[in-house]
Amino acid sequence: MENKAKFNLYSIPYFLWVVFFVVAPIVLVLYYSLFDIDGNFSLVNYKNFFTPVYLMMTLNSFWYALLITFFSLLFAYPTAYLLTKTKHKQLWLLLIIVPSWINLLLKAYAFLGIFGTYGAANKFLEAIGIGSKQILFTDFSFIFVSVYIFIPFMILPIFNALNKLNPSFMDAANDLGASTWTTFRRVIFPLTLDGVKSGCQVVFIPALSLFMLTRLISGNRVITLGTAIEQHFLVIQDWGMGSTIAVFLIIFMFLIMALTGARKRGV
Amino acid sequence: MKQLVRVFLTIILVSIVLLFITNRLNQSQGLSGGNTLTVYNWGDYIDTDLIDQFEKETGIKVIYETFDSNEAMMTKIEQGGTTYDVAVPSEYMIDKMIKEDLLIQLDHSKLTNLENIDERFLDLPFDPDNVYSIPYFWGTVGIVYNPEMLNGMEITSWNDLWDPKLKNEILLIDGAREVIGMGLNSLHYSLNDTNPLHLQEAKAKLDLLTPNIKAIVGDENKLLLANKEAAIGITWSGDASEIMSENEDLDYVVPSEGSNLWFDNMVIPKTAKNIDGAHAFINFMLDAKVSAQNTEYVSYSTPNKAALEFLPEEVVKDERFYPSPELTDKLEVYENLGKRNLATYNELFLEFKMHRK
Repeated sequence: MENKAKFNLYSIPYFLWVVFFVVAPIVLVLYYSLFDIDGNFSLVNYKNFFTPVYLMMTLNSFWYALLITFFSLLFAYPTAYLLTKTKHKQLWLLLIIVPSWINLLLKAYAFLGIFGTYGAANKFLEAIGIGSKQILFTDFSFIFVSVYIFIPFMILPIFNALNKLNPSFMDAANDLGASTWTTFRRVIFPLTLDGVKSGCQVVFIPALSLFMLTRLISGNRVITLGTAIEQHFLVIQDWGMGSTIAVFLIIFMFLIMALTGARKRGV
Repeated sequence: MKQLVRVFLTIILVSIVLLFITNRLNQSQGLSGGNTLTVYNWGDYIDTDLIDQFEKETGIKVIYETFDSNEAMMTKIEQGGTTYDVAVPSEYMIDKMIKEDLLIQLDHSKLTNLENIDERFLDLPFDPDNVYSIPYFWGTVGIVYNPEMLNGMEITSWNDLWDPKLKNEILLIDGAREVIGMGLNSLHYSLNDTNPLHLQEAKAKLDLLTPNIKAIVGDENKLLLANKEAAIGITWSGDASEIMSENEDLDYVVPSEGSNLWFDNMVIPKTAKNIDGAHAFINFMLDAKVSAQNTEYVSYSTPNKAALEFLPEEVVKDERFYPSPELTDKLEVYENLGKRNLATYNELFLEFKMHRK
């Protein structure tokens, strides 16, 4: 009995946190989404969302988020794998995490210089004989910078999963005659799938609503739902439409969580 | 646990001591209480020597604070934490602040130097009869370009930008009214047009410009243009003069079809405590010589007709920043179109941004 009372007491901060910083904001966003630009109660925002502009934007957001997640995974998995094989694992891991301490905007501005017409990247291209190319304000630069920013969040969970892997499984597979590729495909990858899933969630979901980078790095050539929310709140001050887009983003995120979480037990 | 408590106690103690010290310092400088005036202005937008001069002449201590966007300024004034006595918002913000009852009516009898202001810049639609605001600086929206990068090609109008030779050379500013306005102007419609057909027409025309557009950017355009990242930028005259001081190859032109005319204006917000001091400050800034000195420092265009006499001829005669009357007649001030029309502008701008090459 006493134990239970103690548990309740300690869980108060947690519940307060959830109520004030999780439930209340979502309820507020839902509430605001039900008002049109003049402050009248209406569902017109939801109707507006299903117009070509916003559907196209949703498709765009998903497409770029997918590309960002894919490339992050492509580079993160081998990196994480190599990290587990190194001698000073924690040190290498720290080196990968350090750039994420630097402010996002600062990094974006740095890339403005690096990718510019007279920047380091183009100097290099000229030196190796390819010649100057437009890098800034292209899909390539947008995805490159996004991947650079998100990749630590993909490496960490995969690294943890790989690190926890019992080496005797690999030995067993080896002893039973499995090739390296088969061992990876049938043993290592399935056992680290949870790490991959949480890595994908942590990258895909924020990538869906990126906004600062769309202006700085891609010069507003890539328009995502995040950009639209920013504009509705700050420029038009149409909180209703901004909230409606946010509501759809929340729904998408729940769907993604549900889809990637459901088969957890089945592996 | 004990250690943790000790750490917290130390932090709190240090904070209290620091608070006490700042308080004493402020008192000894006469900042809190007494005759002070808090001025809230854009960053680097006044010659600070003039503040010293004002303090000497009137004995009023000036506390000078700065902001970097109209929105941020309005939020701070709405909150009312600091007693700002004078602020300098742009014209569209003034309309909004009047509607939200954030401004105090000016007493024109205390503003004896008001006659120095050019009549063209008084009694404008955002504040008829200047009940709440006095113009501080003004400017236009136009085209900054690098003739060298364009092989001497000359740009004089909005329509010049649609030239296929300018492929991938234009940096637009990320503002719905500026960009849609450019479309409207190129079709010889008003910048305050709300006719949906005209707006659609402007958007369709802008879509044709997409191959020439390199990017749609914010304040970083100053950096990008000075670094020759693109040959052409659409921006405000104030930013243009700043870019041109960094890279002298660049030139600025107010397009011949017409463009936007903007104003930053001095107002007294509702938060003001020292209303007499605020009037004294505004009147001081309207003085011909003071205004001329300030203009030389800030290098924007002054609305002060009397000050022009004290300015070097090459500044006053520079038609890029003091356009001829024929051109000024074609310039328009943004009217507050209301939330709904503004939403239409932004919706079209968003669609335009999504139009791929």
